[in-house]
Amino acid sequence: MTEVTADIATATGRLDGRSLFKVGERTRKRQAAERRFRMMGLAAVIFSILALIGLMTSILSNGLSSFRQTYVTMDIHLDAAKLDKQGNRNPADLEKITTFTIQPLIQSALQKTMQERGISVDGVNAKKAVELISKEAPAQLRRFILENPQVIGTTVSFDLLASGRIDGYYKGRVTMESAALDRNISPEQLMLADKFKQAGILESRFNWAFFTAPDASDTRPEAAGLGVAILGSAYMMLIVLVLALPIGVAASIYLEEFAPQNRWTDLIEVNIANLAAVPSIVFGILGLAIFINFVGLPQSAPIVGGLVLTLMTLPTIIIATRAALKAVPPSINDAALGIGASKMQAIFHHILPLAAPGILTGTIIGLAQALGETAPLLLIGMVAFVREYPGAPPEGFFDPASALPVQVYNWTQRGDPAFVERASGAIIVLLIFLVVMNAIAILLRRRFERRW
Amino acid sequence: MNAIKFAAAALVASTAFAGAAIARDQIQIAGSSTVLPYASIVAEAFGENFSFPTPVVESGGSGAGRKKLCEGVGENTIDIANSSSRIKQSDIDLCASNGVAEIQEVRIGYDGIVFASDINGASFAFTPADWYNALAAKVMKDGALVDNTAKTWADVNPDLPAQDILAFIPGTKHGTREVFDVKVLEAGCEATGAEETFKAAGDEKAKGCTALRTDGVSVDIDGDYTETLARIDANKNAIGVFGLSFYENNTDKLQVATMSGVNPSTETIASGEYPVSRPLYFYVKNAHLDVIPGLQEYIEFFVSDEIAGPDGPLAAYGLVSDPELAKTQEMVKNRTPMAALN
Repeated sequence: MTEVTADIATATGRLDGRSLFKVGERTRKRQAAERRFRMMGLAAVIFSILALIGLMTSILSNGLSSFRQTYVTMDIHLDAAKLDKQGNRNPADLEKITTFTIQPLIQSALQKTMQERGISVDGVNAKKAVELISKEAPAQLRRFILENPQVIGTTVSFDLLASGRIDGYYKGRVTMESAALDRNISPEQLMLADKFKQAGILESRFNWAFFTAPDASDTRPEAAGLGVAILGSAYMMLIVLVLALPIGVAASIYLEEFAPQNRWTDLIEVNIANLAAVPSIVFGILGLAIFINFVGLPQSAPIVGGLVLTLMTLPTIIIATRAALKAVPPSINDAALGIGASKMQAIFHHILPLAAPGILTGTIIGLAQALGETAPLLLIGMVAFVREYPGAPPEGFFDPASALPVQVYNWTQRGDPAFVERASGAIIVLLIFLVVMNAIAILLRRRFERRW
Repeated sequence: MNAIKFAAAALVASTAFAGAAIARDQIQIAGSSTVLPYASIVAEAFGENFSFPTPVVESGGSGAGRKKLCEGVGENTIDIANSSSRIKQSDIDLCASNGVAEIQEVRIGYDGIVFASDINGASFAFTPADWYNALAAKVMKDGALVDNTAKTWADVNPDLPAQDILAFIPGTKHGTREVFDVKVLEAGCEATGAEETFKAAGDEKAKGCTALRTDGVSVDIDGDYTETLARIDANKNAIGVFGLSFYENNTDKLQVATMSGVNPSTETIASGEYPVSRPLYFYVKNAHLDVIPGLQEYIEFFVSDEIAGPDGPLAAYGLVSDPELAKTQEMVKNRTPMAALN
């Protein structure tokens, strides 16, 4: 008894001078440490949000303007004497019309328009004035004439692209001061553009061509679009989906439900986890060595890109699918087997449908990752100047094409500052695709995922 | 095991696909990123003026392009390699060992290399000797080679502004660096007498001429000219090395320096007055000429007066047109393969 009371006495003795209701020195320290940690955590979150805001403002402020484009509308007389010397509208002869013969037609049409409307600026002659129009214009006219030979000899109204510098002027990229120093444009030409605008023949519109037109060379940034890149990316995603989803799901089902637990399956599991961490450029080297050099598939083709990205996406899909299969409670499997279902019936009728949301989420996230991948495409020739649209699948899979991230990479390397705007615009388009894909993944998970 | 089987099955399937694939009908080009803008301008004009599809132009560097050209003959090899430097004997040997016998060498024109700084900064008039004295690791002082300690351009040459030396030069993987080494550093090395001293000291090939100081005044840029421009934008004191065409597209941000008193322009480069320039080439595989539709037309179109001439779109973009273009046109017409390198 005495020992016990002594113990209590010493125990209470330790509380001497301290109260449970007063905060002691050590408690204060611990609480201060916790506050510091919370502050650091908050600071980390604020820092990442600021970084994201900074990135988004830079991209949006540079790129949003690429969704609008300046056009010049004017009537052009398609002179039969110049375009069709034989006068027989023979398609074979018309093929020989070059953009070099069409350029003077645009120049004289512009002269005529300016005279009719009484527009002129000192120091801007006919040759300087026509520089306001994109170099894409003659090509546009030539395509139109070849498609509609009957228009030769008549006067047609055309919407022509304004040149990149003029377009930049209305987007704030080019100013009177910068034009004074710029060799490609003069302040007088900008004044002429302003007069065109007053006369209503120059206006800016939503730039649909940005989504449909192919890439353009360095001399005509105003004509460059994402058409081929979007198509190429879509083809590759289709290939990835068609190959990676069934292969990945089949491999996961086998590994999860059928494979015996031994050293071999362990080895495979470890290797799948490793593959998911392999840098993507390695898959590009593999693609070049196997698909192009060994199998002999064509360069720059979506099929090669798709195969390489399939290899890259497979581990992601397998890991996600296995996790989804594991999450289905074993009681469901047991119950199915208990009432006489075969193993395969149990899997396909019960487990797979329940795991489907998880599998689809994993697949979509894998696809989104593949969509933004540039490095493996560098080595298989997809970082290229491609202007021809690939054909319809399946032949189109073998035609050269570009891809969205590759187009961004290409445009940032061009000399003309107008391509900076295009590149940022392409980033916005790519981000929209990624956000939509991830939103679908989240939606699927929210809507169909079951918890047990 | 199953995954491996599936991978094998995918391979087999893709091989079967490849067999069914139709023959290639567009020209494939790869190589120098300096030639890329010119090649894409021509490819675009070719595509819109002929009934052939627009050629596909890949970049990736001169050396890589020539290596790809020499991989062999066949539809999954490229037809043309763009190059900002001349083909090397090792490339020709590689070609020969892979069965690529005849190659045409087509010189498309000249590319000027300019030195430019921020538009609002001081202006410069350089000589190769100034660059050597500013950037080389060892310079001549009182008849002996000493470590370079110059801090400002005025230390190098009293006529230059007293601005800290900071130069953005192309990295060693660029073809432009080679030209910079030869036409600027080596020329400056010779002019200051350092070359002789190097040779006298046992450095037979005067390799010390191109050894740069490592204290941060010369920065190698491994990216492209857009990166150099961004660096100058952030660092107004710096001087960068650019291609003439890049400078001409950014005259509102950059001012160009003269070299030995000559202002770089297509005219002074064509006449040879401006010293820092180099020829640009492309190499064509003759075995592909009648196989790939439009290849012969494309190369003839490339060197035609309308395109590569002094009033053509390439010159407008900054290519210095070749005074001997007529000779090249003749050669391309006759499909003359290149002679052995001398």
